[in-house]
Amino acid sequence: MLEVTNLHAKVADVENGEILRGLNMTVNPGEVHAIMGPNGGGKSTFANVLAGRTDYEVTGGDIKLDGESIIELAPDERSHKGIFLAFQYPAEIPGVRPWQFMKAALDAQKEARGEKKLSVREFSKLFDAKVKQVKINPDLMKRSLNEGFSGGEKKRNEMLQLATLEPRLAVLDETDSGLDVDAMRIVAESVNALRSPDRSFILVTHYNRLLHHIVPDVVHVLVKGQLVQTGGPELAVEIERDGYKRFMPEPAAAGA
Amino acid sequence: MTSSKTPPSSISRETDLSGMEYRWGFVTDVESDMAPKGLNEDTVRFISAKKNEPEWLLEWRLRAYKHWLKLEANDAEPTWAKVKYPAIDYQDMYYYSAPRSKDAAPKSMDEVDPELLEAFEKLGVPLHERQKLAGVAVDAVFDSVSVATTFADKLEELGIIFCSFNEAVQKHPELVKKYLGSVVPYTDNFFATLNSAVFSDGSFAYIPPGVKCPIELMTYFRINTEGSGQFERTLIVADKGASVSYLEGCTAPVRKTSQLHAAVVELVALDDSEIKYSTVQNWFPGTKEGVGGVYNFVTKRGRADDRAKISWTQVETGSAITWKYPSVILKGDDSVGEFYSVALANNHQQADTGTKMIHMGRNTKSTIVAKGISAGFGQNTYRGQVKIMPGAENATNHTQCDSLLIGDKCGAHTVPYIEVQNPTARLEHEASTSKVSDEQLFYLMQRGISEEEAHHMIITGWSRDVIRELPFEFAMEASQLLKVSLEGAVG
Repeated sequence: MLEVTNLHAKVADVENGEILRGLNMTVNPGEVHAIMGPNGGGKSTFANVLAGRTDYEVTGGDIKLDGESIIELAPDERSHKGIFLAFQYPAEIPGVRPWQFMKAALDAQKEARGEKKLSVREFSKLFDAKVKQVKINPDLMKRSLNEGFSGGEKKRNEMLQLATLEPRLAVLDETDSGLDVDAMRIVAESVNALRSPDRSFILVTHYNRLLHHIVPDVVHVLVKGQLVQTGGPELAVEIERDGYKRFMPEPAAAGA
Repeated sequence: MTSSKTPPSSISRETDLSGMEYRWGFVTDVESDMAPKGLNEDTVRFISAKKNEPEWLLEWRLRAYKHWLKLEANDAEPTWAKVKYPAIDYQDMYYYSAPRSKDAAPKSMDEVDPELLEAFEKLGVPLHERQKLAGVAVDAVFDSVSVATTFADKLEELGIIFCSFNEAVQKHPELVKKYLGSVVPYTDNFFATLNSAVFSDGSFAYIPPGVKCPIELMTYFRINTEGSGQFERTLIVADKGASVSYLEGCTAPVRKTSQLHAAVVELVALDDSEIKYSTVQNWFPGTKEGVGGVYNFVTKRGRADDRAKISWTQVETGSAITWKYPSVILKGDDSVGEFYSVALANNHQQADTGTKMIHMGRNTKSTIVAKGISAGFGQNTYRGQVKIMPGAENATNHTQCDSLLIGDKCGAHTVPYIEVQNPTARLEHEASTSKVSDEQLFYLMQRGISEEEAHHMIITGWSRDVIRELPFEFAMEASQLLKVSLEGAVG
């Protein structure tokens, strides 16, 4: 489904400072991949580059979805192809209601795919069901999007959007950071409920905590812009026990 | 300039994004009955005679005209606003034009000139549709003469008068005489004085004591004849305990030459009454290069008596220059004044707009929410006055001024005047300036929303506190207008 080859990226408008330096990864339909790694390794950059954020510039390599390169596509076009990014820090949009936002988003996606848009009534029914499913406080739906939401509420709102849009590839950028146990369980339940043979996930996380609730098929370790190790769920357990120390390049350790 | 028949509710995304294109640019070929060019005493007499006005009104006009001559001799045209425009030659324009069909005033919709109806269709104001769907009575002003009034019977049962200003002069002279100039005297300011001398027509509404007007009263204004000034005169009186919601929408076709529009709106809210006045203004803003466009120099003011409430809501997306300060004189105790405004200045548009809240009565309360959107080379100024008179015990005002900047060649300015003559007053003033952030755009686009739509959503959301004050149908139209007016400025 997703094939990333030799991906290089840097912050746009900056001369040097490559953040991703030859990243390779293949995600098959139905798989859940976890990308773990120390801070500053490029995890969030990778998540944002997949979604097409223009703050980053791809300087080499390719990203293919179903065999087609998506490098040149704008964020909305990637979304139409089924890529979803759950944000680490979702933006606040004053005066825009979550309902209105999701209706516009789903309409745009359906239109791009040549599908029939939902009527207001159909969408309301769907949305209400999803609000219940992710157990988000319905009162928040009367407010402006993310405005005055707590950290946990914002993450839950991201899960609401994930559940509503039902993407083919969901990338969760540190969705577990700053969450209490209950919120973490909600996030995990949302993901697990959506696991299916044709939907894939990439979970970007620093800690193994989330992976207690969502068991990944593949675990990668991302250090200094490259995937330095790939394994099964046991790799996450090992990291939880020993930390990232053994993956860190040690200049003085040559010959060890 | 291209013409388009597309109504504002169905503007397609495939339209020209390279710059502003005015979508209401077409000229209707209805023969006009015009006064000779220029302004003199004969012009005033001509207009008054055309309208078969009583002597007292002609006298009033002439007094205004004489006062205006003095003002003009003393260079009293206001210059304090932050707007620039070439000097207006008041002798080089027409002061009166009327569609010729007006002599045989239509008794029903069937009698309305089909060509006029078609013009309204082009404006996206299908009268037939609207009156059925929205329960709106339309008093349509086409180059200053009302051509159709709907729902007359229903309103008449309740004793509500809603008609053209001229008709009111003929049928209800006592009401017109009592209230005309009572809030905006003919000496008020240069443009109001000019209007008092040469006003052509406008709307009149009177709501009897205790009556709640069951439908929204609506007027559509449109400037049609090239080089003709538009001098509307609107008077709305809510008698004791009455309430009314009044909608005003404005569109003008594309013209190369600039056009002066100097309207006067007077609102009289007697004890315990309520008037809500909503405007959506999308007059021709001039070309992308800043050529032509309407000069909108308008005086709007209301007087609120004891426990009365006056609320102004405006969405101003058009005109080359906007000079407009809808105000409330809070004369009565416990009276309330509100002003909700979104003003947009794109390309070379200049908007200098705001409000005046004059607190005279005790426990008077006013709220100001003013939002300015600047794009292109647009200059947007909020100018507002809050005045607490010595007798206004426990007066309160809350003012919120927000500016949104799009691009780096536009400007936003805030000029609040605050004058407090009573120590018990409580005033709050909040101001903010912001931009549409990349984070917000990326967030919306990641969910599948196009860049243009994302901008629109963010800007409409930002304007929501004002737009939600509009009646539903108007709110939709206002939102569409913001989008169309900003095409080319975003994305």
